[in-house]
Amino acid sequence: MPGLKLGNSRKPARSKEPDESRRKFLKASGMTLGGLVVGSVFGGVLTDSLEKKHAPAPAPASSKPEASLQDALMFFNQEQFKMTEAAVERIYPEDENGPGAKALGVAFFIDHQLAGPWGYNARDYMMGPFVQAQATQGEQSRLKRNEMFTLGLEGLKSYCQQKYQKAFTELEAQQQDEVLTAMEKGDKFPMRGVTSSSFFKMLRNLTIEGVYADPLYGGNRNMNGWKMRKFPGNQMSYAQQITKEGLVQIQPKSLQAHMSE
Amino acid sequence: MAKLPKVPVVIVGMGWVGGIIAAELTKAGIQVVGLERGKSRSTADYFMDHDELRYARRFELMQDLSKETITFRNTESMRALPMRSYGSFLLGDGLGGAGSHWNGQTHRFLPYDFEIHSKTVERYGKGKIPEGMQLQDWGITYDEIEPYYDKFEQMAGISGESEANPMLGKRSNPFPTPPMKKTPILQRFEEASKKLGYHPYMIPSANLSENYKNPDGVSRAACQYCGFCERFGCEYGAKADPVVTVIPTAMATGKLEVRTFSNVTEILHDGKKATGVVYINTVTGEEVTQPADVVILGSFVLNNVRLLLNSKLGTPYDRKSGRGTIGRNYAYQVNSGHAVGFYDDEEFSTFMGAGALGMEFDDFNGDNFDHTDLKFLHGAGIRISQNGLRPIENNPAPQGTPTWGKKWKETTLKYANRVLTVATQGASLPWKHHYLDLDPTYKDIYGKPLLRITFDFEDQDRELTKFLAGKAGEVMKEMGPSHVEIKDKLDPYNIVPYQSTHNTGGVIMGSDPETSAVNSYLQMWEAENVFVVGASAFPHNSGYNPTDTVGALAYRAAEGIQKYLKQGGMLA
Repeated sequence: MPGLKLGNSRKPARSKEPDESRRKFLKASGMTLGGLVVGSVFGGVLTDSLEKKHAPAPAPASSKPEASLQDALMFFNQEQFKMTEAAVERIYPEDENGPGAKALGVAFFIDHQLAGPWGYNARDYMMGPFVQAQATQGEQSRLKRNEMFTLGLEGLKSYCQQKYQKAFTELEAQQQDEVLTAMEKGDKFPMRGVTSSSFFKMLRNLTIEGVYADPLYGGNRNMNGWKMRKFPGNQMSYAQQITKEGLVQIQPKSLQAHMSE
Repeated sequence: MAKLPKVPVVIVGMGWVGGIIAAELTKAGIQVVGLERGKSRSTADYFMDHDELRYARRFELMQDLSKETITFRNTESMRALPMRSYGSFLLGDGLGGAGSHWNGQTHRFLPYDFEIHSKTVERYGKGKIPEGMQLQDWGITYDEIEPYYDKFEQMAGISGESEANPMLGKRSNPFPTPPMKKTPILQRFEEASKKLGYHPYMIPSANLSENYKNPDGVSRAACQYCGFCERFGCEYGAKADPVVTVIPTAMATGKLEVRTFSNVTEILHDGKKATGVVYINTVTGEEVTQPADVVILGSFVLNNVRLLLNSKLGTPYDRKSGRGTIGRNYAYQVNSGHAVGFYDDEEFSTFMGAGALGMEFDDFNGDNFDHTDLKFLHGAGIRISQNGLRPIENNPAPQGTPTWGKKWKETTLKYANRVLTVATQGASLPWKHHYLDLDPTYKDIYGKPLLRITFDFEDQDRELTKFLAGKAGEVMKEMGPSHVEIKDKLDPYNIVPYQSTHNTGGVIMGSDPETSAVNSYLQMWEAENVFVVGASAFPHNSGYNPTDTVGALAYRAAEGIQKYLKQGGMLA
C-alpha cells in the first residue's frame, strides 16, 4: 500500500493495554458512586479487573487482512462482485494517501450489506400503493435495495457492451470514469427499476460506508480508511485529551478490541 | 380480547414523559402501568455502541418503519406518500424512547415564547403577524413553568453556566453541575462572538460534566467525550436518559409495572372520558384491554396525535374552518443557515466530543433583537457544537470539488480534521395550512391509518435563514479560517436529508378550548381524565432544542394528575 506510513499492517501496534482507558475511567468514577448506581455497562468488568489484578493483556488477534476466510460472497456472483470492485475503486481510488476501495474490502462490505437486513429493506415501510413521488418525498420503489443494485449492475453492463463492446472491468480507468460520470448524470444511461443517478448515489454512499465503517463489516481493512484521516475509531474516552490544542493523534481501535476485554 | 383489572393510571410510551410522570406518581404512592411498544433497554446493550454504521446509518435505536411510518406532502395539492426509510427526523422506540438517542442539549425556552402572540402584538402591532400565521400564547408563563424546568434539570443533572446568559428568564436555582469542558474550538467561538459584541454561553448539557447524584438518589458517572452520542445510547449512563434516571426511580418504589412489547392502538372512551386503552401484545399478537382512571399519552409528538385521531377522541383540526384542535399547529425547526470554515493550516480533534458540548448565543433568538424592519418573527440560536465528527457522515470539501474520485478523496482527507461549522437553530412558527391528520390511503401493519404531515417552509423561514446565516458567517470569519462558505438559502422542505427530530404541535396547550387541545396541566379539554404530554403541546417551536421544555411539561402534568386523582374535574 503505497504512501501509508501508519504502522505495519500485519502487526497492528497496541499502544496501550486494551482496557486501560476504561479502567482509568472506572477508577475515577465508578468506585465512588453511592446510592442507586445505574450507570455503567462495565460494572462487571470493574470487579473482574480488580480481582484479576494485572491480568496479562490478551494476545492481539491475527489481522492479516488479505486472505481472510471471511472473504467470500453472500450475495453477488463473481461478475457482479468484480464489477462492483472496479467501480468503487474509481470512486475511492488508491493514491499516495493510501489504499483505495478495492484494497479496503469495500466490495465485500457491499456484498454483505446487500445480503443483510438493509439490502432487504427489513425495517422500511414496503406496503403499497407505490406512486411516483415528488422530489421532496423520498424513494418510493417497490424494489428492495439489493434488487435495485442488481438491476443497476445489469444496466452498467449493457451500457459498456453497447458503447465499448467490453465489460466494465476491461475498460481503462479513464473510460470507467466516463461511464460513471454518465451514470451519475443520468445522461442516456438506461436502467430498469432504478435511475442510473440513484444507482450511482447508492454506489457512492456504500463506498464511503465501506471505507469508513468499523472493519467488522468487511471493509476498512486493517482500519486503513480511518488511518488515512487520523480517525481513532472506537475509543472509550477523550476526557483527558479534548482540551488539548490542535489534532491529537491516537492509534485507532476497532470494536474488535472489546471482544478481548 | 383479554380484559385486565382496572388500574389508577396507565401511561402510553415510556420515554422522558412516561418516565418522569411514572416516577412522580409512584413516589406519591400511586400505582402506575407503563405501556411501551418496544423492547427493554439498559446500558449493557451499548457494549458495541461506537458503531457509526449500525447506529447512525442503519438507525439501530429507531422505530421499525416496516410496521408504521408517517406520510408526507408539502401542500394540500400534493398526494401524501409514506416515508419509507429514515431521513428528515428519527423516531425513537423502546424503553427510554427518543430520550435514549438524544444529544442532551437542554435549553429553556424564552419568556417571550410562552406569550409570543401577546408580546408580538404589544411590541409591533397586530399587522406584524402575517396572514395565515397561527401564533398563540401557551396558556402558561415563563414564571409559572420555571419551577418545572428546575425539577427536570436537577433530576437530569444538567451541566451549565448559571450566570452566563443574560438573555434568558430568571433561574430559581443554579445548574446542578458545572459546565462541560471549554475546548480550544469552543474558546475560539467564544472569543469571536464576544469580539462582535454577542453573549456566548456553554450549552446546558445532559452529558454530565462530573459524577452526580440526583434528588431521587440516582447516581451517574461523568461524560467521557467519546464522540458517540446522538443516535447512540450512552454505555456509561453519563447522558441523562429515562432508563438511567426516572425509570429506575419509579421501579424502586415497587409501584410501577412496565409492560414492553405493548403497542397501544386505541384509547377507549365514552365521548367525555376515557375508560382505558387497548394494546397489542406484540409477542403473542393478543389484544388486551387495560381499563384505567387516568390515561396519559407520553409517546412521541406524532404518535400522540395519531392515537387520538385513530381513537376519535377530541375534535380533529379542520384546516378550512379553522375549527377543531387535534392536529393543529404542526411545526418543526429551521436549521439550514450555517457557515463552514475551512482551515488550510490547522487541524482540530473534531472527532472528540459530546452531544451537548458546544457554545451558543441568543442575541438573535426570540425577540432579543428588533424585528421592526425584518420580514420575519423570532430567530435562532447561533452555535458551535463539538459532538464528535464521525467519518462516514463527515467528508467536507469546498464547493466545486468533484464528489468522487481521486480529487475528492484527496480533498476530503485533507479537510477531515480541518473544518468548523457555525450553525443556526431557528424557530418554526405555526401556519393554518401546516397540520397533521389521518392519511386516507396508507395503513400500518394493524390496518390503522398512518398520520399525514402537511408542511413546508415559508417566506418567514427563508428570511430568517438568510439573516441568521449572515450572522453565523460573521462569527465564522472572525474565527480565522482560510476560507468560509455560507449557506443562506432554504429549499422547500424535503423529507430525505436529516434535519432535526424537533417535531412539535398537534395537541397544543392554551387557555382557550377553541384553539387548544390541552390546558396548562396538559389535561384534554374534551376528556378530563386524559393528559397528552410532550412536544405535541407546543403551540410553536422555539429556536432551541425541545427536551428541557418537554421535561418541564411532564413535571407540570404529574402535579396536575395528582390533583386530578384527588379532586377530579378540569384543573384550569
